[in-house]
Amino acid sequence: MSKWVVDARNLTKVYKMGDVEVHALRGLSLKVKRGEVIAIMGPSGSGKSTLMNMLGCLDRPTAGEYYLDGEGVANLSDDQLADIRNRKVGFIFQTFNLLPRATALDNVELPLRYASNGNGRRERARGALESVGLGDRLHHRPNELSGGQQQRVAIARALVNNPAIVMADEPTGNLDSKSGEEIIKLLLGLNKERDVTLIIVTHDADIAKRAKRIVTIRDGRVEEKRKKK
Amino acid sequence: MNYLTSYLLALESLTANKLRSALTVLGIVIGVGAVIAMLSIGRGAQNTITGSIEGIGTNLLFVISGGAEDVRNAKPLTLTDAEALQDSFQAPSVIGVAPLMQGVAEVSAQGETAQTTLDGVTADYEWVRNATIAEGEFVNETHLLSRSAVVVLGVKVADNLFGRHEGLVGETVRIEGQPFRIIGILEEKGGSGFVDEDDRVIVPLTTAQSRLLRRSTPNRVDMIIVQALDAEAVPQASQEVADILRARHRTEIGADDFTIFNQQDFLDTAQTITSVLTIFLGGIAAISLLVGGIGIMNIMLVSVIERTREIGLRKALGARKRDILIQFLAESSLLSLTGGILGIILGWLISLAVGAIAAASNADINPVIGLDSVLLATLFSMAVGLFFGLYPANRAANLEPVEALRYE
Repeated sequence: MSKWVVDARNLTKVYKMGDVEVHALRGLSLKVKRGEVIAIMGPSGSGKSTLMNMLGCLDRPTAGEYYLDGEGVANLSDDQLADIRNRKVGFIFQTFNLLPRATALDNVELPLRYASNGNGRRERARGALESVGLGDRLHHRPNELSGGQQQRVAIARALVNNPAIVMADEPTGNLDSKSGEEIIKLLLGLNKERDVTLIIVTHDADIAKRAKRIVTIRDGRVEEKRKKK
Repeated sequence: MNYLTSYLLALESLTANKLRSALTVLGIVIGVGAVIAMLSIGRGAQNTITGSIEGIGTNLLFVISGGAEDVRNAKPLTLTDAEALQDSFQAPSVIGVAPLMQGVAEVSAQGETAQTTLDGVTADYEWVRNATIAEGEFVNETHLLSRSAVVVLGVKVADNLFGRHEGLVGETVRIEGQPFRIIGILEEKGGSGFVDEDDRVIVPLTTAQSRLLRRSTPNRVDMIIVQALDAEAVPQASQEVADILRARHRTEIGADDFTIFNQQDFLDTAQTITSVLTIFLGGIAAISLLVGGIGIMNIMLVSVIERTREIGLRKALGARKRDILIQFLAESSLLSLTGGILGIILGWLISLAVGAIAAASNADINPVIGLDSVLLATLFSMAVGLFFGLYPANRAANLEPVEALRYE
């Protein structure tokens, strides 16, 4: 297995807004090691969200190559991308994005329902919820859980398929500072215990500082700074 | 994702919006219910009409005056034509001939008056048409020869005039003002079909000709009922009757001035009419099913828009196009299938109600729900659900995950 879990080379993304072409990414390259925690920062309009969509296989680059966990994904079909997302990517969103009518357990089980190998998914979902400390909230619905607890359900959902990378988009953006801190601790803890590769997109410099590496995006390119020890 | 879980999932999301789902289903319920009810009522009417036609006997021919087209110098049917048909050498397949005059007459007794059908018949009518007598006797040769003022009453006429239909032999009624002696009462046949056989009076043919139903040609009859040996002999008998009448009327070839019907002709005509009617009613009902289908499409489109973020999330978590498509198709087909099943029940209730109302008003239509119409309605409603669900589902399946996740 390749040492690089994320290997993006020269990614370009051009959006057509009517007659105007918007260059969101201009030849961006990025490599992430297995088990690494990186923070992606950048002002709005820098191409940060676009990069996030590319890395999470939600969208295809206009040009460039992208190897996720050794698999080239730049030119796959929609359904092949769906399969890659299912097996290799876990998403954590700012607004949690839980299904409001489903229980915590059902929410965590959701990715396994779309997996080709969904054996024992009830147990796996239960295990994932226990690993985020929600073993006693299995049958609660999102509206019966606090914001922090909802985000922990989302983390369990992101981890349940043992993905190669976990993409967290402003994971603490909708939380108060105390629960935000707990979520960050949980994510970093999971990174240590399970060697999960974690990519956090954030505006918050305090959170970014806790990553091993900060990648700053500006005008569709990387402006990288090594964190000083 | 297997289909069972898709359906469970669909059920879950439909029950989350109970009122909305119920209203959507209602459109299909009414559509399917209307189709089922119309088909069953149509079939009931068809059965009633066919039954009453079959009741007249499979071996009878009805000869009436007048050809298919306008024939010059058309000669009417006469009593002598009827006698000629009884010739067993020229018409070996014919075993009975009953000439008939028919009209409407005012019958009165004890201050009561009734408008009713008047049949002038010969003695053979009794066994050719199975006109069974409940009490008294039928018209016989003596009555015919002497043009007697005698009458046989149908049960309904007797009830209307006397309030009873027993012990009336010997009483007198007035037909068009002339006194007639009651010699018999017909057996009750029960209300069925388009001609009420209980609501009529029967007099000797000669009496009718001379006193009640005056026609321009003397000796003229309105119809000759011919009984063939059996059902297989009907075409042969028909040919023999036609040959005799052509010879007697000296008609040109292909210009008959009479028409011969048999039971099958009546059946065919009645079935054509009732099936056109059934298709017409069913077609109108199907329009409401179509409207119900559009209702499903409308709600599914709203549902897709409402759940754009959910669709985006599912796609981000690995749902393929097919998974989303199946999810939404499962919902729309579940809506329409539920509507279909409830609609069958509704249609069944409607046809029961129509049957009850018809029975109460003596119309005797017994709606029949066939397995075929149930299957048709179920399949059709499923197809409506799939067809009208396809566009919204496709729209959901083709949403871009990035766009869908960003949707507010």
